[in-house]
Amino acid sequence: MYNYTDFDRAFVGQRNHQFRAQIARRISGALTEDEFKPLRLMNGVYLQLHAYMLRVAIPYGTLNSAQMRKLAEIADRWDKGYGHFTTRQNIQFNWPALTDIPDMLDALAEVGMHAIQTSGNCVRNVTADHFAGAAADEIADPRPTAELLRQWSTDHPEFAFLGRKFKLAVSGSTVDRAVLQAHDVGLQIVRQGNERGYRVLVGGGLGRTPMLGKLLRAFLPEADLLPYVESILQVFNTLGRRDNKYKARIKFAVHEHGINAIRKQVEARFSQQRHTFAGNDRQVYRRIKADFAPPVFKDAPLDTYEAERRNNPVFRAFTDTNLTPHHAAGYTLVTVSLKAHGQTPGDASAVQMRLLADLAQQYGHDELRISHEQNVILPHVHKSDLPALFARLRHAGLATANVGLASDMIACPGMDYCALATARSIPIAQQIARRLQTREREVGPLKIKISGCINACGHHHLGHIGILGLEKSGKESYQITLGGDAGNSAAIGERMGPGFAYDQIIPAVDRLIDAYLELRATAEESFLQAYRRLGSAPFKRALYPETRLAAELCHAL
Amino acid sequence: MSKPKPLQILTANHLTRGDVIYWSGHKWSNDPASALLFCSEERAKEALNQVPHAIAVGPYLAPAEAIDGKARPLHFREIFRSLGPSNYRHGKQQEARHV
Ligand code: HEM
Ligand code: SF4
Repeated sequence: MYNYTDFDRAFVGQRNHQFRAQIARRISGALTEDEFKPLRLMNGVYLQLHAYMLRVAIPYGTLNSAQMRKLAEIADRWDKGYGHFTTRQNIQFNWPALTDIPDMLDALAEVGMHAIQTSGNCVRNVTADHFAGAAADEIADPRPTAELLRQWSTDHPEFAFLGRKFKLAVSGSTVDRAVLQAHDVGLQIVRQGNERGYRVLVGGGLGRTPMLGKLLRAFLPEADLLPYVESILQVFNTLGRRDNKYKARIKFAVHEHGINAIRKQVEARFSQQRHTFAGNDRQVYRRIKADFAPPVFKDAPLDTYEAERRNNPVFRAFTDTNLTPHHAAGYTLVTVSLKAHGQTPGDASAVQMRLLADLAQQYGHDELRISHEQNVILPHVHKSDLPALFARLRHAGLATANVGLASDMIACPGMDYCALATARSIPIAQQIARRLQTREREVGPLKIKISGCINACGHHHLGHIGILGLEKSGKESYQITLGGDAGNSAAIGERMGPGFAYDQIIPAVDRLIDAYLELRATAEESFLQAYRRLGSAPFKRALYPETRLAAELCHAL
Repeated sequence: MSKPKPLQILTANHLTRGDVIYWSGHKWSNDPASALLFCSEERAKEALNQVPHAIAVGPYLAPAEAIDGKARPLHFREIFRSLGPSNYRHGKQQEARHV
């Protein structure tokens, strides 16, 4: 993985030093809150409902064991012994005191981590496919590209005060696990003949006006990456609506001007400035790439693994849901679910983080990944080590075999923490997981995604079942959307109808599941497939049985 | 009959701890029950401008009611702020355990 250079260390050190002084000036009263807020946001510090929150970037979701251990130490020392992994491959600490944040940031710097640009109107933490560098279906590891973009965008003076936040995601596979279409710019590594390059999408985003990214360029040669992305940002800086923050994301510029006009402007900028990138970027890229050389994989017999699978049904269930094919023979990716039934999605205790660090060191070539689905991944595990690894995960409550099933939900912090929330998300997720626990295997693949307000941090638009928490007449109210999807067949879910009260939303989801089980053509037809085949009508009837009754009565009269 | 106007309390977050605080009439307190209840909106607005701001971030008024002479916020967001999150016994509910 990427190793900080002296330059990186000096930069982060200097930045922490500067922010420490800014915090001191705020506490002394030399800075007002209005003056301080943009400074703290640039350093990942929010003021939430009950406390400050520190959002730390996990660039492209990659951690080593030393970094994971440091996160555990921070959680124990300055927080309440846990951290929350988010859909943007960040970790959030929910309880730091403002006075402790400089020390927390210095501790992070010891392991090459920081919170810079995890908030504010700048290029945010660059995300990537969480199976990067390991998946069998990968064309190339997207992380060197993501790291190059991270270095280019960090403290880039031209893009430090954009009209709005800007999110980049990179995937190196034909299977989109990075939700490319929900990002301002999505880059997919592709091959054209012998040449490697990128398929470039632009204008995706969720929030109050969800839009899917559109194709800007079908093939961008690898060497043209930075001049091209820089051109996109320049066009955004010129056309983006700075007068209205609700219309400021690049998706609105794409929508208003049309993709063809945007393409024309980007290409014009690109041809003007391409030559100004004299090759330094390529040199840096080559250096970065060397840092991401794959580990030396081992060879070992698989008999113990096969035997354990035959003899231990609990182990077999885990391997059925939580493994993903690896490109190296005998290896597998292991997804460790942070969705134990009834727990807060995405939360890990310091004890669990330390165990994951130990396991990565012992069995996983010292690597970990964090997924946008709020799970932790051990990307390189030899199957012969799986029985031992599984036993230790199980002991720590980390062997929940539910990846891809109903309880493997995304949920934002909602009104339990977030100052912008209009309703709670976490208790809804907890209750749904408990409620569906006994039949989720029968239900099969299902993505439920929950946000506590219209900002859509929980990706509810992209859930097969999406739940959006709102306020209605002074009470929490939950709106259901169906048919959304992330990935290759990305779609924005369709709103079903009036919202459900806090105590009505779980029964409503239950009715949806009942309806699906009754309606599906075969046991293999997933919820999403059934929805796409049948349309919304039968699901609406399940959600609003009283309305149906009323309509039928009207007909009868 | 027109609905009676709700009472008001004055709340903010603490500058260094970040936790929820209430104006008790003479100082900022982290105990919701000690919040001073304003009967008139004008008086509440006046207080909002006059209270010391040094340790209070983003002070604002929130509708409240009096229960046994003690303040209780009306809106669910404010009730959650006065208690802490629902997934762990953290925040004010944790502090309350120690008293
Ligand atoms: C807790 C404090 C948070 C605040 C104040 C916050 C604020 C926002 C806002 C204002 C938006 C809408 C942006 C727009 O449409 O232009 C947004 C979108 C988003 N946030 Fe958050 N958020 C928070 C936490 C989170 C968390 C915990 C996650 C991950 C679980 C997250 C991930 C995202 C994502 C994925 C989007 C939508 C994608 C997009 O269009 O950018 N945020 N957030
Ligand atoms: S969706 Fe809303 S409630 Fe949830 S984290 Fe984002 S801003 Fe907060």
